[in-house]
Amino acid sequence: MSAKDAYPLLEADLLPLSIGAALLGTGGGGNPYVGMLRSRELLRKGATVDILPLEALPDDAWIGEVGGIGAPVVGVEKIEQGEECYRAMRAVEDVAKVKMSALICAEIGGANSMEPVITAAQAGLPVIDGDGMGRAFPEVQMTTFFIYGAKPAPAAIADDKGNTVVFRDVVDMYWLERFARDTSVAMGAAAGLAIAPMRMDFVRRTAVPNTMTQALQIGRTVLDARARRLDVVDRVIATTGATLFFTGKITDIRRELKGGFARGEAKIAGSGDWQGCEGRIAIQNENLVLWVDGRPVIMVPDLIINLDLETGEPITTEVLRYGQRVAVIGLPVHDLMKTPEAMAVVGPQAFGYPDLTFTPLAFGPVHG
Amino acid sequence: MIRIGIDVGGTNTDAVVMDGNTVIAGVKAATSKDVMTGVVNALRKVLDAAGMEASAVDVVMIGTTHFTNAVVQRRDLAPTAAVRLCLPATASLPPMVDWPEDLRDVIGNHSFLAHGGNEFDGRVISPIDEAELVAIADQIRERGVKSVAVTAVFSPVSTDFERQAGEILAKALPEAHITLSSDIGRIGLLERENAAIMNACLRDLSRDVVAAFRGALADVGFTGRFYLTQNDGTLMDAEFAERFPVLTFASGPTNSMRGAAFLSGVQDAIVVDIGGTTSDVGSLQKGFPRQATVAVEVGGVRTNFRMPDVFSIGLGGGSLVVDGPDALTVGPQSVGYRIVTEALVFGGKTLTTSDIIVADGAADLGDKSKVAGLSPDLIRKARDRIAFMLEDSVERARISADPLPVIVVGGGSIIVEGPIAGLDLIMPNHFAVANAVGAAIAQVSGEVDRVYSLAEIGRDEALTDAKARATEAAVAAGARRETIEIVDVEDVPLAYLPGNATRVRVKAVGELHVG
Repeated sequence: MSAKDAYPLLEADLLPLSIGAALLGTGGGGNPYVGMLRSRELLRKGATVDILPLEALPDDAWIGEVGGIGAPVVGVEKIEQGEECYRAMRAVEDVAKVKMSALICAEIGGANSMEPVITAAQAGLPVIDGDGMGRAFPEVQMTTFFIYGAKPAPAAIADDKGNTVVFRDVVDMYWLERFARDTSVAMGAAAGLAIAPMRMDFVRRTAVPNTMTQALQIGRTVLDARARRLDVVDRVIATTGATLFFTGKITDIRRELKGGFARGEAKIAGSGDWQGCEGRIAIQNENLVLWVDGRPVIMVPDLIINLDLETGEPITTEVLRYGQRVAVIGLPVHDLMKTPEAMAVVGPQAFGYPDLTFTPLAFGPVHG
Repeated sequence: MIRIGIDVGGTNTDAVVMDGNTVIAGVKAATSKDVMTGVVNALRKVLDAAGMEASAVDVVMIGTTHFTNAVVQRRDLAPTAAVRLCLPATASLPPMVDWPEDLRDVIGNHSFLAHGGNEFDGRVISPIDEAELVAIADQIRERGVKSVAVTAVFSPVSTDFERQAGEILAKALPEAHITLSSDIGRIGLLERENAAIMNACLRDLSRDVVAAFRGALADVGFTGRFYLTQNDGTLMDAEFAERFPVLTFASGPTNSMRGAAFLSGVQDAIVVDIGGTTSDVGSLQKGFPRQATVAVEVGGVRTNFRMPDVFSIGLGGGSLVVDGPDALTVGPQSVGYRIVTEALVFGGKTLTTSDIIVADGAADLGDKSKVAGLSPDLIRKARDRIAFMLEDSVERARISADPLPVIVVGGGSIIVEGPIAGLDLIMPNHFAVANAVGAAIAQVSGEVDRVYSLAEIGRDEALTDAKARATEAAVAAGARRETIEIVDVEDVPLAYLPGNATRVRVKAVGELHVG
């Protein structure tokens, strides 16, 4: 499988895709389990979904971006009616008077990795191998598409009951986040959002490339390591270019609500190479910053991922708990997320850390 | 108060007689194929050992793996209809969508989606449609199905829809057993629904098993009340157990950990329960096992039960010791219950961990002369290997740097040489039957799991409300009010929701009210 070729997404790919997506969720993004089951149901009923490389379609093809919007905990209880994103996408087509040629993922991290696959299966469209984050982020505007000028309207949001709300004129991406967020809550905190169609030449320039394939490969690595009883954390590091930044045991986890988001902090007592060191992770749905002995060593937008030290299972911030043994690994975010434009939207300052200057992750071993 | 605790395991049925907080007698008997013969044997043996008549016993508590095994082995399961109140939401994933096909086939794959259910904040997704439910009842009747599981979206927040639908279905299907998901599980639709369906499909079996336990007890002359233990270390009376058999899942490890806490008098510790083939290792907090936070599968089905966070390693009293060319290995293969014929000390040909211990002079078991030829070097290497395996598992279970003691229980405990991982070692009296002790001392609990809007009421008020509800639930389950303690409080803010929606979980436990 090469990222340069189109390939069909098969039922057997869904589990590894969901595992890789959970890992790229960097602690947030919601659990892809329900989305994996929904995709599986559609594929079993005969739907097919092709993954297309970014090079495949002509410049003037229209690309749709869809994703779920709401609260992850609602997602495990009020499962989707099934066509929320599909109806939102069709509404955008109607208002924009275009036909989509393919769909793309807003965020590969977490549950939203599955939404374009589901909508594509329903609409008979392919999915572009890439996404707007290369990870998970908490808000609508935090995609490379919006950072580099995607139009915020027309966008549409649809619920389980048949309500579809179109945002015809929206002045900027922050307004879209506000309107979509409030509407999703009115809709029961589980809705499907589709944003304005994007031209393929724009997507080619702005998408984080090959992330569907990347998630699949990470998931396969995890499953293969488990089957062969290898150290999953080691294998993930060896195959993704991630760096191990800390190992230890969670000694304190504090959570609070600020502005509708779950914020918090986890403290980790070091073990192994970090025996005697203290790690600290700031959380806003996703992991934001890792400090080791008071020194910031990874920060947004780079990826901070907590893996269960024994099983290699990615641990979401909601289930982080006292006593868990974790390996904290870091993955450099794509260069598109490191520009001054991107920093303004997803840098440490945008998350409320005015004192931190983004220092990009380098490859290679780092020790405390 | 005189009580009997029984633990029906795969290999042994253990029983103890307790007078208040004193263990009078503890015995082990082989588990029989029909289970009940083994229970009667264990009961006779333990009453005999205690020198007591059954009529002197006030109450009997039973821990059993019967229902777990029925699901795992796909036997004695009743055809079951799953009715979900949800439409138009959740239609993308029908009930049992993530079940192993063979299990779904065994119970018939009867799934129905109907209108109803709540939003996260209590708003109604759609009103209930009585005609729709009556039509579903007609189909259930035509298919000859007599067990029904009813699940409504967000029923842990509001149980009204499930109750209402349950009444409509009960009226239309007077002979059916009806299980409501909100009586069993917490937030997480598929997992809670799975538990409700498994419960419903066990209802025929639970009637038979509870009747058989009653028969076995009557057989030895006991006619008083008896209880079954749940996976959280608390009790349910026989009538409740008959209605909620699924709550017995994983009660075995819980009982041994609770028994370990009781016998040692220690509330916070690592517990190692060493059997013949495996050791279960877990962590005890305030006298209860720490619970797992990830979805636990039973027979291939995801659930979100209150399961103890226990893991097993392949080390027990019957584990094979192999002195290979590269290294000496211990387990995971084991002679299991055949230890009494296959271990060297019992005249067999297989070198087991128990043989090593006897050869080292640390235990008196079987014929010591049969292991006299083992080299001191081999004995040392095997003991070191066992010590390493125990240390590694204890380190895994440790959840803080605090020097917690290690409590060792179970029939295979003789393989422990001394302190593990440098921690204090406790091997309490009656360690071999700790699981039956855990059943005997089980308490009664009440639990709530609700979403509160902290914009409407403050956090303290929400927690007070949740604690009061948990306390009332415990009283309703049979706890003595003055003994009730809140043992678990957890509040998790729900991301993205306004009004500071917070999910609060509280558990209250108290001692059983007898008389």
